[in-house]
Amino acid sequence: MADAPTDEPTHRALGLTDDEYGMIRDRLGREPNHLELAMYSVMWSEHCSYKSSRIHLRRFPTEAPWVLVGPGEGAGVVDVGDGIAAAIRIESHNHPSAIEPYQGAATGVGGILRDIFSMGARPIAVMDPLRLGPLDDARSRWIAEGVVAGISGYGNSVGVPTVGGETVFDECYADNPLVNVLCLGIMPSERLVLGRAEGPGNLAVLLGSTTGRDGIGGVSVLASAGFSDDEADAQKRPSVQVGDPYEEKRLIEACLELLERNLAVGVQDLGGAGITCATAETAAKGGSGMDVWVDTVPQREPNMEPFEVMTSESQERMLAIVEPAQLDAVLEIAERWEIRANVIGRVNDSGCLRVFDREGGDLLGDVPAVSLEDEAPLYDRPREEPADLAERRADSADALAAPDDPGADLLELLCDTSWVWSQYDHMLFLNTVEGPGGDAAVLRLKHPTTGEDTGRGLALTTDGNHLWGAVDPRRGAAMTVAESVMNLAVVGARPLALVNCLNFGNPEHPEVMWQLSESVDGITEALAAFGFPCIGGNVSLYNESRGRDIDPTPVIGVLGVVDQLTTPPPGTRLVEGGRLVLVGGADPALSGSAWAASRGHRGRGELPSFDPAAVAAAAEAVRELVAAGLVLGAHDVARGGVALTLAEMSVRSGVGFTAARLAGHANLFGESSGRAVLCVDPDQLRVVLDVLDARGVPHQRIGVAGGDRLVVKDQFDLALDHATAVWRDRLPDTLGTGTTQG
Amino acid sequence: MAADIAVIRFPGTNCEFDVVEALGSVGATGRVVFHDETSLGVADAVVVAGGFAHGDYLRPGAIARFSPIMDAVRSFAEQGGPVLGICNGFQVLTEAHLLPGALQKNAGLKFRCGEATLRVETARSAITNRATVGDLLRIPINHFEGNYTCDDDTLAELRADDRIVVRYVDNPNGSVDDIAGICNAGRNVVGLMPHPERAMHELLGSTDGRVMFESLLSAAGVDLSPIG
Repeated sequence: MADAPTDEPTHRALGLTDDEYGMIRDRLGREPNHLELAMYSVMWSEHCSYKSSRIHLRRFPTEAPWVLVGPGEGAGVVDVGDGIAAAIRIESHNHPSAIEPYQGAATGVGGILRDIFSMGARPIAVMDPLRLGPLDDARSRWIAEGVVAGISGYGNSVGVPTVGGETVFDECYADNPLVNVLCLGIMPSERLVLGRAEGPGNLAVLLGSTTGRDGIGGVSVLASAGFSDDEADAQKRPSVQVGDPYEEKRLIEACLELLERNLAVGVQDLGGAGITCATAETAAKGGSGMDVWVDTVPQREPNMEPFEVMTSESQERMLAIVEPAQLDAVLEIAERWEIRANVIGRVNDSGCLRVFDREGGDLLGDVPAVSLEDEAPLYDRPREEPADLAERRADSADALAAPDDPGADLLELLCDTSWVWSQYDHMLFLNTVEGPGGDAAVLRLKHPTTGEDTGRGLALTTDGNHLWGAVDPRRGAAMTVAESVMNLAVVGARPLALVNCLNFGNPEHPEVMWQLSESVDGITEALAAFGFPCIGGNVSLYNESRGRDIDPTPVIGVLGVVDQLTTPPPGTRLVEGGRLVLVGGADPALSGSAWAASRGHRGRGELPSFDPAAVAAAAEAVRELVAAGLVLGAHDVARGGVALTLAEMSVRSGVGFTAARLAGHANLFGESSGRAVLCVDPDQLRVVLDVLDARGVPHQRIGVAGGDRLVVKDQFDLALDHATAVWRDRLPDTLGTGTTQG
Repeated sequence: MAADIAVIRFPGTNCEFDVVEALGSVGATGRVVFHDETSLGVADAVVVAGGFAHGDYLRPGAIARFSPIMDAVRSFAEQGGPVLGICNGFQVLTEAHLLPGALQKNAGLKFRCGEATLRVETARSAITNRATVGDLLRIPINHFEGNYTCDDDTLAELRADDRIVVRYVDNPNGSVDDIAGICNAGRNVVGLMPHPERAMHELLGSTDGRVMFESLLSAAGVDLSPIG
């Protein structure tokens, strides 16, 4: 950045618009100097300030009696009972992963963990929803391998299990993968810590790694602009940070010990925008100011400029606000865990973030803390539905020719993702009752300090469907929430709280802002109907490559609770002789389905009708049946329709099925919401059907599990061995059995 | 009084509290001992838990062998005390030369986490004295460097002395002779790549790890009759 061409004003090179430059000048009442401009450029970046999306995010319902902390803090926190609070957050590391897949994905894991333990919670689980380019594209395969190796290399070593996620391949993510990461942590309710710099005279202690030139301006250069061509992207590589999971592991242990012993007033992670962000945020939230002495920051290389020190995104660093009397105890803990700890500043009562070259030295920069944090620009960017929307909606996928061989289409949809998750430690901490590969992860809930088993469980799911979003971002987002709710229901969990990662294209395109706004409304409507809140989220914009925006991809994470976890959930399986029951009513519309996309029909037609009340009733009935132990296997219906649901249950359990009453390919591949397939013991069938009838939930007996073939009468008849091989070998055959990194 | 088992924690170890929980479920008390200590205290047995000691920098276990606590672990082992190294703990014990051979990167060069089936090959070790040769145990694996290797003479010696404790039924990592665990000549020091602490609860899919921890307590001279 220091080498920006001389004919371009500095603020533009830093990613600030002329108008934003004017706002800064007006706020300060003078011209900002270079350091101050650099600090504003990172804090006012799209990534840090949410300047294009904040106006929409306000619409989410965020309150419920069990919510302890809503959106706006490091993580959302809910009370999960027995004196335990759960902290949850989702983030994206899309752009760094596009440039340098291993480190981009690795540092994504590192960043989300810091968000969680800075609240006082021990991270106990990570989920990794991944969206990657098509498998027949060499660069996409390189990205896929690197991303998975990065998550594996960092997550396993830092010692937090990765218990689930998603793996989706699609052409719209070819040069711009979506690498989202969700983390769940738990803590005793009374330990909840907020990042506040209170009490003038208190010390700002920087913990962890040295500060280097890596990741300077990552939030403004990388995360807040699209990609154009390969050469320019290669030049952005130095803006990607490099991770060190061992440093992070020791940082976690040291910080948790520090919070357990009440030695810090507040703790803040250093993520995007580095020291500037951590000091400005803690000061602004604490209603105070902060002095920072640049020379006290341990630097990785000589002759770093103050703006580099203040904006570096070097990983594995935390800022603790400590009363002077506690400093020695803090330093002692740091020494034991072999992490650096340096006093780099002091809380003041000026309301300003003041940067000095050294304590008592020259004042290099002086800006109001709230102006960096709370007064970032707020844009209501133009939004406009696509001009051809009416024409697109009129083009229904129901008009596509029926498949000659539905079985062949089904095989194309089958993909075992264990190539990905077998590289992740998903069992650490002895909580994982249901790991990756199912509909939702289920974890034993043990008290974080006593280790006592509560006999209850937490469940986690992440879901997204860009094909739905491309047809109708509003209904598509609502259907995604519905999918999450059903994913929890099949493991016997009820939803407590939602977090979302809104992955969209360039917000300067009015159609993209329309997609974002519609998606927010869709999620909001679904939450209102289902009765649980949104407690946090992340927005990732400028996901585009070569001028093309990605399909709208809101990724939903939902935390649920299992009231009694005495046996593992039934799992997505079939049991020989079990009766198959399809729960939920269907609108057999094909637009937005994976099957339609396989015919090149995308972003057109209308999604199946959506009735959130009916979805809620179906999900609640399924949850009750699962909780009562009345089903042998259960799997939600989503991508790929009933056909893929049945096939996945079959290949995962090695048991075939014979089904009928699924006439026409729309009944096989339609993706109407609020449905699940249950496999039920014949002796329990009457009870199950009675419960569904009593709840007024539509249902249909569709067949029997057993044998070594996958059969839907008049539609397809596949050998189980063959289907299993296709399912199992797809990723190993394409991505290979070895990785080249990590 | 419950048996007292020292569970070694290096910076970067991450399975220490899982081992403590597992020991608790067989009636023993796991006591976490940090690597900078020089004494194990009064311990009936030692478990070197899994994870990434010192970040696995240089290579797994290479730095851990120099941690202060390792002298105490060595003398405990030399006096015949039962020592179990799990996963990274196995790597540490080979680097410390308490066990022969080494663990190299998996064939396929990928981290692998999942179920594995082990066959008990000898009942004469600190973790199999309550098992029967031929028993099949389902115990999860979780490693990148789990591919056991040693020179031909060592392998011949391990075989001849009945020191191969468990083998994989379906070798997941390229280990020589399907080796999943071995013991020293005194049979009190055992290195085991899979994680028995992850197989202690019906909810987690297997309870086959119990016999290994119960054996460890037997080896420590603890009366197991009340546990059954």
